[in-house]
This record gives sequence, structure tokens and C-alpha cells, in this order.
Amino acid sequence: MIHIIAFYLFAVLLIASAVLVIMSRNPVHSVLWLILAFFNAAGLMVLVGAEFIAMLLVIVYVGAVAVLFLFVVMMLDIDFAELRAGFVKNFPLGILLAVVLLAELVLGFGAYRAGTLKLGEADGTAATIAGRSNIESIGALLYGEYLFLFEAAGLVLLVAMIGAIVLTHRERTDTRGQNVSKQNKRRAEDATVNVKPEVGKGVTL
Amino acid sequence: MIEIIVFAPLLAAIIAGLGNRLIGNLPAKIVTTGALLISCALSWPIFIGFMTGSETAYVDPVLKWVQSGTMNFDWALRVDTLTAVMLVVITSVSALVHLYSWGYMDEDPDQPRFFAYLSLFTFAMLMLVTADNLVQMFFGWEGVGLASYLLIGFWFKKPSASAAAIKAFVVNRVGDLGFMMGIFGVFLVFGTTSIPEILDRAPEMAGSTIGFLGMRVDTMTVLCLLLFIGAMGKSAQLGLHTWLPDAMEGPTPVSALIHAATMVTAGVFMVCRLSPLFETSQTALTFVTFIGAATCFFAATIGTTQTDIKRVIAYSTCSQLGYMFFAAGVGAYGAAMFHLFTHAFFKALLFLGAGSVIHAMHHEQDMRYYGGLRKHIPITFWAMMAGTLAITGVGIWFLHAGFAGFHSKDAILESAFASGTEMGRFAFFMGIVAALLTSFYSWRLMFLTFWGKPRWIESEHIQHTVHKTPEEAGADTTGGYHPHESPWVMLTPLVILSLGAVFAGFVWSPYFLDSAAFWNGSIFYNEHLVHAMHNVDTWVKVAPGVVMLIGLAIAWNNYIRDPQAPARFVGMFGGVYTFLKNKWYFDELYDLIFVKPAFWLGRKFWKWGDVGTIDRFGPDGAAWVVAQGSHYARRVQTGYLYSYALVMLLGLIAAISWIMVR
Amino acid sequence: MTDFSQSLALIAAEELLTVVGLVLLLCAAWMGDKASRMISIVAVAALVACAFIAAPALCGGLMGPERVAFMGQYTADAFAAFAKLLIYASGIASLIVAPRFFGQVGAMRAEYPILILFAVLGMNMMVSATDFLTLYIGLELNSLAAYVLASFLRNDERSAEAGLKYFVLGALASGIILFGMSLTYGFTGSTNFTAVALAMDGTLATGALFGLIFVLAGLAFKISAVPFHMWTPDVYEGAPTPVTTFFATAPKVAALALTMRVALGAFGTQVDAWQQIVIFVSLASIVVGALGAIGQSNIKRLLAYSSINNVGFLLIGLAAATQEGASAMLVYLAIYVAMSVAGFVVVLMLRDAEGRPVEVIADMAGLSRTRPALAWALAAVMFSLAGIPPLFGFWGKFVVFQAAVNADLIALAAIGIAASVIGAFYYLKVVKIVFFDEPANVVAESGESGVDALAHKVMLLIACLFISPLGYLLTPWLGELADKAAAALYFVG
Repeated sequence: MIHIIAFYLFAVLLIASAVLVIMSRNPVHSVLWLILAFFNAAGLMVLVGAEFIAMLLVIVYVGAVAVLFLFVVMMLDIDFAELRAGFVKNFPLGILLAVVLLAELVLGFGAYRAGTLKLGEADGTAATIAGRSNIESIGALLYGEYLFLFEAAGLVLLVAMIGAIVLTHRERTDTRGQNVSKQNKRRAEDATVNVKPEVGKGVTL
Repeated sequence: MIEIIVFAPLLAAIIAGLGNRLIGNLPAKIVTTGALLISCALSWPIFIGFMTGSETAYVDPVLKWVQSGTMNFDWALRVDTLTAVMLVVITSVSALVHLYSWGYMDEDPDQPRFFAYLSLFTFAMLMLVTADNLVQMFFGWEGVGLASYLLIGFWFKKPSASAAAIKAFVVNRVGDLGFMMGIFGVFLVFGTTSIPEILDRAPEMAGSTIGFLGMRVDTMTVLCLLLFIGAMGKSAQLGLHTWLPDAMEGPTPVSALIHAATMVTAGVFMVCRLSPLFETSQTALTFVTFIGAATCFFAATIGTTQTDIKRVIAYSTCSQLGYMFFAAGVGAYGAAMFHLFTHAFFKALLFLGAGSVIHAMHHEQDMRYYGGLRKHIPITFWAMMAGTLAITGVGIWFLHAGFAGFHSKDAILESAFASGTEMGRFAFFMGIVAALLTSFYSWRLMFLTFWGKPRWIESEHIQHTVHKTPEEAGADTTGGYHPHESPWVMLTPLVILSLGAVFAGFVWSPYFLDSAAFWNGSIFYNEHLVHAMHNVDTWVKVAPGVVMLIGLAIAWNNYIRDPQAPARFVGMFGGVYTFLKNKWYFDELYDLIFVKPAFWLGRKFWKWGDVGTIDRFGPDGAAWVVAQGSHYARRVQTGYLYSYALVMLLGLIAAISWIMVR
Repeated sequence: MTDFSQSLALIAAEELLTVVGLVLLLCAAWMGDKASRMISIVAVAALVACAFIAAPALCGGLMGPERVAFMGQYTADAFAAFAKLLIYASGIASLIVAPRFFGQVGAMRAEYPILILFAVLGMNMMVSATDFLTLYIGLELNSLAAYVLASFLRNDERSAEAGLKYFVLGALASGIILFGMSLTYGFTGSTNFTAVALAMDGTLATGALFGLIFVLAGLAFKISAVPFHMWTPDVYEGAPTPVTTFFATAPKVAALALTMRVALGAFGTQVDAWQQIVIFVSLASIVVGALGAIGQSNIKRLLAYSSINNVGFLLIGLAAATQEGASAMLVYLAIYVAMSVAGFVVVLMLRDAEGRPVEVIADMAGLSRTRPALAWALAAVMFSLAGIPPLFGFWGKFVVFQAAVNADLIALAAIGIAASVIGAFYYLKVVKIVFFDEPANVVAESGESGVDALAHKVMLLIACLFISPLGYLLTPWLGELADKAAAALYFVG
């Protein structure tokens, strides 16, 4: 019973906060709603016994990604009201599309009469391995069966990083950068010269 | 050897035609004329071989042509007596015409083109006569049609020449339709287009019936009539003859080669080639006889009133072809071929002679402006005289000696009489009347041209040359013009053809008429008819000579003794004269019942059908739709991200909706 | 099934690409943009080496369990090898043309070849994918590299815009595909293609159908099929031309090969579900591609629409849903790659007197008088794209139509042929402008000299010889290879 109440609570809150993410006028509010949505999603994950994923959601998405979003949103200082003007104009059509899509999805799932969805247990391939913790199971899969894909996913991130650098990194010629090795190599005798200038004469360097 | 005969003209045509200006006049002339002389030189031995019996018929395969299901035929050159006869006719006349054209076309700017066309025509004609199957024959048939079109319209800048070329082509298409349907029918009935096979199996099919246009009709009759329609078109028989006189717009050597000696005889050749087929249908033969007889009379009547020298000869050709057809119709294929053979010589001679006259008279073609040319161009005169004597059939019946036409035409008339059928009798009488008319218009031509006082100054051509009007010239009706005899290149062919016109009948009549061994099965040879022909009543044998003399007498009376007589005749029988002068109103009739409605229909189809319907909903409509679509496609491509995303989602929803409602 | 070491042996090409990519990345970081030429050369060498690794699998027509790695996630069969060879060829082409183009604007960066290498790596995974996870990761690896490449000229507004558009719409498409995959997984209980096909046999739940449609829709974005094509003209036009060359060739091959694997493999038991949609998308692509191209003034935009158009013809082969259709698609793809490379190399060689690229079609007027060789090459490409015999482009269309007819899709083939007439219009219009219009005298009269220019010419010559009538000499060989690849795709057991 408590499971069911918790599920519907999390689910409703998740959807409501997701709707508010795209509805709120203030982008900062949007990000905050997003954080709430992540939390609720984490709650759902806990309910199905995927506690590791729930933790990931909280730590990575809430802790890092969402906060990063917040920073970006606050730093960019975009005039969001103007952007939304186009959005409002097309809002009715957008809503219509969404309703059609939603209706079809509901219909689709309604037509699925072959029992309810058994998450993670359809044929047992993705179920938690008996007698192991969630983390162990995920680790075994990631570094065992899905090693290839895991490594490839790493490459995806690498490419994303390269891309970010390629598109944004610029050689600054107007500032002087710090050359650490040059600084370290520098000795006092290289830097200072003892001279005893005669009176009335300058120093030649 | 036969390959060289057939393909040398093609090669020459290609060289001269594609080389054209690149190689210049002289090389083009040399290569085409040379090729034809070679062909000619190789043809005669074959012909003589068949005469002496040392040659036998054979088929020379060239290459595989079509293999499609049950339809198989090859390019093969068939050589037998019939082909050999045609070979010598074609190559000899063609070679002489090539030579003649050196002089006649001397001042033309497009000589390589002309000679290339001539050679191309010769190739196509040779292809036609050597055909071993009907499709190959049809290829040659269309090839000569094409060459004829090109040559009639050779001076395409002249609107009349262009129109005549188109007319010849279109009228021939009507005949070709018949020929094509005949070929289809033959393939349907016999399952093959191979001529020997068809002829072998034709007797089996006699009497069977076939559904045609919703009726049950005799198979062989239908096939023969369809094929004969083709022959009628090509050989300008009554009904489909209208193109031939107009074809005189072409250069005169072309008229001599194509519209006298060779192409127009293709129909006769075809009927003879397929004679065993025709023999299976008495109805078809009767029809052939009737058309031939009618044409021979009808064309001759028109010939009596024409004033254009070439048109007179053109109608004469039409008339002579009628003789050949009714000869074939009564079963005297040998006589038909013999007349074809002799006619080729004397008619080519007459045309080339006329060309020589025209050449001498500065391109004036109207006989009313000739007169008294006998002394100025004597060689041409004597050549024309030989031709006239040949065509009118001058000869002595009891000696069996005479000019070419005497032997062949009399044989035809006797055969027609001897056939004993009603249609044969009808043909005989038509032939006799036509012989009278032939004699009349031939001598009329001679008298108007070579006798009497010169009337040259009335010709505009001459006026231009001498820079005088008839008033200025006064009593001097020559206008001070001096006709010159043609150069030797033109006279040589005349002389050679004159020899043919004089001796061809005498030399070859035993072979063509009386020798089954000579034909050797290449045509249907009716021994019985030949026998009967020789034993007809004497009055039948004498009649052609008598009517010839009557015709001569009338012509002499009207144009020498009493030059006012024709005018009086016209005054008395104006209606008849106008009727004949206007060629029985055939052109006007066709214009009314075919050309005008066709134009009307064509215009309707053009305005409503093509522009209004097909263009509007077809190309133009499609183009409009495409333009609109393109316009719309570009408008959708706004450049805004959200519209792109919208389109994607719309597509997705459409796909899902489709899946759901399906 | 193979054990782990065998699996590692099967992905030798991917390993090589990864290692070379990482090492070159270090070189780039260390030596900077000065080393870009060296890095390009090494990258080309790596791709050539990969081609040698892939070729035996194709020539041997390898297939079956011993070519499957990582428990069914990855398959190195003849089909993958065929697509990989085309991808490598496209990659090499876009590496060779790059230095000259970027050199002109001083923007040749060492990261370009590295990104191309990683994109090729991603595409390798795509064409070898027999699992939705492999599919997605390969797709994203390729896409991320592609987004960056599209906006590689970051100071050029058009390039930046192209990258952004591509990214946003690509993200949308990724979302669609992920949603579809999760639905499919939810309803079938597996991400493996073979398992999905088995689970989907028989009557299908609506939810699973949704998954199928969403996955195919996401893939349709990648192959720029209508109505998921909208990004194509803008991105092709905005992206630097060498990158456009790359986009028009390699990702198309990869995405189409992937689509074939998904449609004929994973969803191969549900042909009825998607066949009509593919038919519609195919015709829509042909028509919209042709209509959109009319009235374009930019040659790159025109070629973008042309690629949409060609994808439509390719999808006819997919609609046939037969082994013959798959083989026909591969033949078409090979010819299409050659035509595209030739087309874009010509565009790259068109420069005005100051060395700036010429992209406006009107500026190419009368090219035949100033640069006859280039004009003839362009004419050959256009005639070939229009599918006019005797050029080789005709053959591709012919085999595809033949496959459709043999699959009883006669109406589809007929409409396709009719619609190709519209396409012929704008192709021939380019030829008309180049050959018959008054010279605009924009394009420099003389070509450049040097190694890069020579490389362009050699590539153009090879591509043009391939699409020329001489290409027909290759038909038996090409057909045999395509048949082997298609057989591998259809391998059951």
C-alpha cells in the first residue's frame, strides 16, 4: 500500500515539476523545478530497488548537472521573455501536438493487455543478480558484458570535450600567460645583476 | 559479289553524305558514280548467267537480324531471275542517272548531298529487290520512300518541292499501312515472314477464312489485297497516284531514276515476287486487274491535256504501270516484268531526254513555250524519238520486230485478251484505248517540243535570260535565245538508253515471255496463258498498232497540220477538257474529303486535345505543380529551428497515427 | 559466440582508430596546429589500414556467429565491411580536401582529422551494431563529432548556425530514438536485434509498434529522409565544404546501413508494420528533394536536396524488404558516394581569382569555356545524379527499381521513375548554365598548382571514372560484393 502511495506521489510530482520546468517564466525557477523533478525520479528509482541509480540521480544530476545549469543560466543573461514570444505564438499548436501524442501513448499503453509492465524483470536479463548489491551488479555488467560500450561511451565524452575546446578555446595574444617551467628554471643570479655605477653615470643593461 | 552490288552504293552514300563539303563535289561524284558503275558491271554477268542458265538461284545470308519468340529472320540477299532482272534495271539506270547528273546538276551548290541521296536510294532499292523476307523488303520499301522524299524535296527552299515531298511521303504512308498490315497478316497466318516459305505454303491456305474487321473473309484475299494496297501506293495506282505528278518537283534525273524506272515499279515487283500468293485468290487478282486497267486508262486521259513536259511523262508512267498491274492481274507475270524492264529503259530515256530539253531551254518545263527544237538539239531529239517510238509500241506484228514497247505492251494486251475472263477483256479494251491515248500524248509532246515554230519568248525563263519581253522581241519568237545541246555526260546516257529502247524488246522477249526455264520458278509462270497469248486472233494483235497510228494521226493533225484544232476542241468539249486538265479533280476531292477534315480534326486535337487537355493536365500542368511544389517546399524551409522541429514531430505523429488507424 | 579475446580481435579496426585518434590528439595538444598536415597524413594512413582490415571480411563474405563480438552487441560481417569501406573512402576524401580549404581561411586545425577519425569510429560502431545500445553509442559518437565539425569555422556565422541547428535537431532525434528504444526494450525485454526480432514475431503490441516507429523516425533524421530532412540544406550550406563532403557521404552510408540492420534485422519480423511508411517516406523524399532543389541558387544547397532525393531512391530498395533490395541499396550507396565525392570536389575546386570559394550557381555560368575539364566533370556528376544512361548513376537507380519490381512494388517503382524526371530538371539546369549561358567570369581561369590541387584532381578523376560509363565494367564485381554483404545481413542461424 505504502508503495503505491509513494509511487503515485513521486510520479505526480515528477510530472508536475517537469511541466513547470518548461512553463515557468524565470529560467532560474525552471532549473529549480528541474532539480525537484530529479529528486522525484530518484524516489521512483528507489521504489523499484535501483538504489544506485537513485543515488546517481541525486549526486550527479542534482548535485552537478543541475547546479551547472543554474550557473550557466544565471551567467548567460539571456532575455528569455523575448525568446518565449515565439513560443507563446506557437503555443496552441504545440499543446495540440502534445495532446495528440499523449492520447496516442495512453491509448498505446491501454491496448497493452498482456499484463502490467514488470520493470527490470521482463526476462530477467536486466534484473539485479541475486545475492549481489546493486553496485556490484552494475559494475559486473559495465565492466563485463558491456565493456565495449562503456569504453565507447567514454569516447563520446572525450569527443564532446574536444568539441567544446575546439569551439570555444582561443589563443589569447593580448595577455601574457604564466610559464611555470620557465619560472622554476629561473635562478636568482639570472635575475639580478650587481652593479656599482659611478656617480654621474648611468647603468648599461 | 551480290554484297558488293548491294553495299557499294551504301558505302558511297555514306562517304558522300557524311563527307559532303569536306570532300567536295568531284570526289563525291566520283565515288558515288564509281560505286554504281561497279554495281552495274557486276549485275549484268549475273543477269546474263540467268539468261544462259549458268546461274542458279541462291540466298546469301548477311547477318542475324531479329530473333524474338517465333519471329526469326535474317538479313539475307536473295538472288534469282526476278532479282537479277531488277538488279540490271536498277544498277544500269542508276549508273546512267548518276552520270547524267554530273551535267544536269553541274551548277547546284549541294552536289554531294544529291549524289549521296541517289546512292542511298539505289541501296534501298537493291535491298528491296534482294529481300528474302517481307520485313527486309519493307525495310527497302521504306528506304526508297525516304530517299524519294529527300530527293523530291531536294530543292527544299522551293515551297512547292517541299510540299510535294511531304505529299509523296504521306500518300505512300497510306499504302504502307496496307503493306504493313499485310505483313502482320502474313505473319499471323503463316507464322513466318520468309518469302519462300510463304509462297510454298500459300496454296494450303487457299480457301480458308479469317476474321477481319468483324467479318469472316477469305484469308488469301485479305492478305493479297492488303499487300496490294502497299503496291498501289508505291506504284501510284488509281486512288493513291496523286503524289507522282507532284513528285516532278524534284530534279529531273531523280524523276528518271525513281519515278520512272525503279521505285514506282516496286509494287509490280512485289506482286510478281509474291505471285504464287496472289494466284491463290481470284478476287484479289480481279481487283489488281481492275485497278491496273483503270489506272492505265485514267492516267492516259490526263496525260493528253498536261502542258508540263515532265508531268506528261509522269502520267504516262502512271499509265504504263497500270499496264504492268493488269498484266500481273491476268496472270501474265512474265509480261508484266518484261514491260517493267523495257519501260525502265524507254521511260528513263524520255525523262532524261526531257531533262536535256529543259536544260537546253533554261529550266523552262512548259511545252507551250517550246517548238522547233529539232535542229538545235539533234541528239536529244533522236533519243526522244527512240523513246517515243518505244513507248507507243511501234513495230511490225507479223515480223515480231519492233521497238521495246511493242514487244512488251502487245504481249500484255494479248495476255489480257487471252486470259478469257471478263475482267481480262475489260483490261484489254482499256489498254487499247490507253494505247491510243499514249500514242496521242507522246506524239503531242514530240510535235510541241521539236516541231513547229519556236514559241520560246513567251517563257519567263527565257525572257529572264535574254532580257526581253515578248513585245520587244516582236516577230522573233526565239527572242534571240540559242538552245545548246547538252554536254556529253548527259548525252551518253541518252544514247545508251536509246539502244535499250530500240533493242531491249527484240533481244529479251524470248526470255521474258516464252521461257519458263528463264524464270525458273521465281515467279508464277502460266504456260497455258502464254500459249493462248500467242494464239489470239489476228485483230487482237493488230489492234495496238492501228490505234497507235490513229493516235499519231490525231496528234499530227492537231499540232502540225492545224495548230488551231486543239483550241477548237476545247471550245467544243470544254467540260471534258477542264475535267482532264484538272486531273479528274482527284486532288480537289481528296482535299475535300481527307485533307480538310484531317486538318480540322488535327486543329481540334491540337487546340483541345493537345494544348487544352494533354498539355494543360500533362506537361504544363505537371510543370505548374512542380513549380508550386518547389515554391512551397522553399517556403516551408524557413530557417527557423522550431519549424524544423515541428515538421519532424508532425511526421512522427503522422506515422504513428497511420499505424494506429491502419 | 566468441570469447572475450576473439571479440577484441574482431574490433581490430575500432581499436586501431581509437589508439591512433588518442595518440594524434596528444600530438595535436603538444604540437598545435602546425602539425595538422602530419596528423592528417597519419589519419589517412590509419583509415587505409582499417580498410585493409575490413576488406577480407567483405571479399570472404564472412558472416555467422564467429563474426559476432561481445555477446551479440557487435557484428563484423561482410555487410558491415561493405559499409565500412565506403565510410573509410569518404573519410579519406574529406581528409584530403580539407587542408586546402581551411588553409585558405587560415583555419586548418589539428582537431579536424581527429574529429573525423572519431566520427568514423562512431560510424563503424553504427554499421556493426546488432544491439540498440551499440547503435545509440555509435550514433552519438558520430553525431557529436559531426556537430563540432559543422561549426568548425567558428568565426563564420553560417557555420556556427549550421552546427547549432544540427545539434538541437540532432538532440531531438536522439530523444526520439531513445524513447523508441526504451519502448522496444520494455516490450521485448531485450536490446539485442536478434532477440528483438524473435520477440516481435507475430502480432505486435501497440507499444512495441510505437517503439519501432520512434526508432525508425530517429534514424530517418540521420539519413535526412522527409519529413526529418529539414536540417539538411541549412547544415550542408553552412558547414565548411570538406565537412559537407563528409556529411553527404559517410554518415549517409552509416545511417542507411544501420537503418537496414534495424529495419530488416531487429524489425525484420514486422515488415508489414513499417513497409508502407518507408514507401511513403521514400516517395516524399524523392519528391521533396527534387522540388526543393529547383530554384536553389547555392550549389551546396542544391547538392543537399539532391542527397535527400537520392535517399528517397535508396529507400525504395529498403521498401522492397528483400535481400535483393538490400544488395541494390549497397550498389546504389557505392555509386552515390562516388557521385557525391565528385560533386563536392568540383565545388571545392571552384574558386574565384582571390581564392574564395564559389558556391553560387549563377557564378558558374559559361564555365565550359574557361575551365572545360571541370565543366565536363560537373556535367558527368549531374547527368549521373539524374540517372541518365550511360553514366553509372543510372545503374544504381536501375538495380533499386528492379528490386522493387521483383518485390511486387511496381507502383512504387513507376512513381519513383516518374518523379526522377523532376530531379532531372534541376540537374540539367546546372549543366545548361555551365555550358550554354554567357560566361560570368567569376571562377578563376586557371587552377592552382601544388600537392593539394593535384590530390583534388586525382580524386576527381578517380570518382569521375567510376561514375563514367566505364563504371559498368565494375558491375559484376560490385554486384557480387553487394550480394555477399546482403547475404550476411540476411544471415539466419
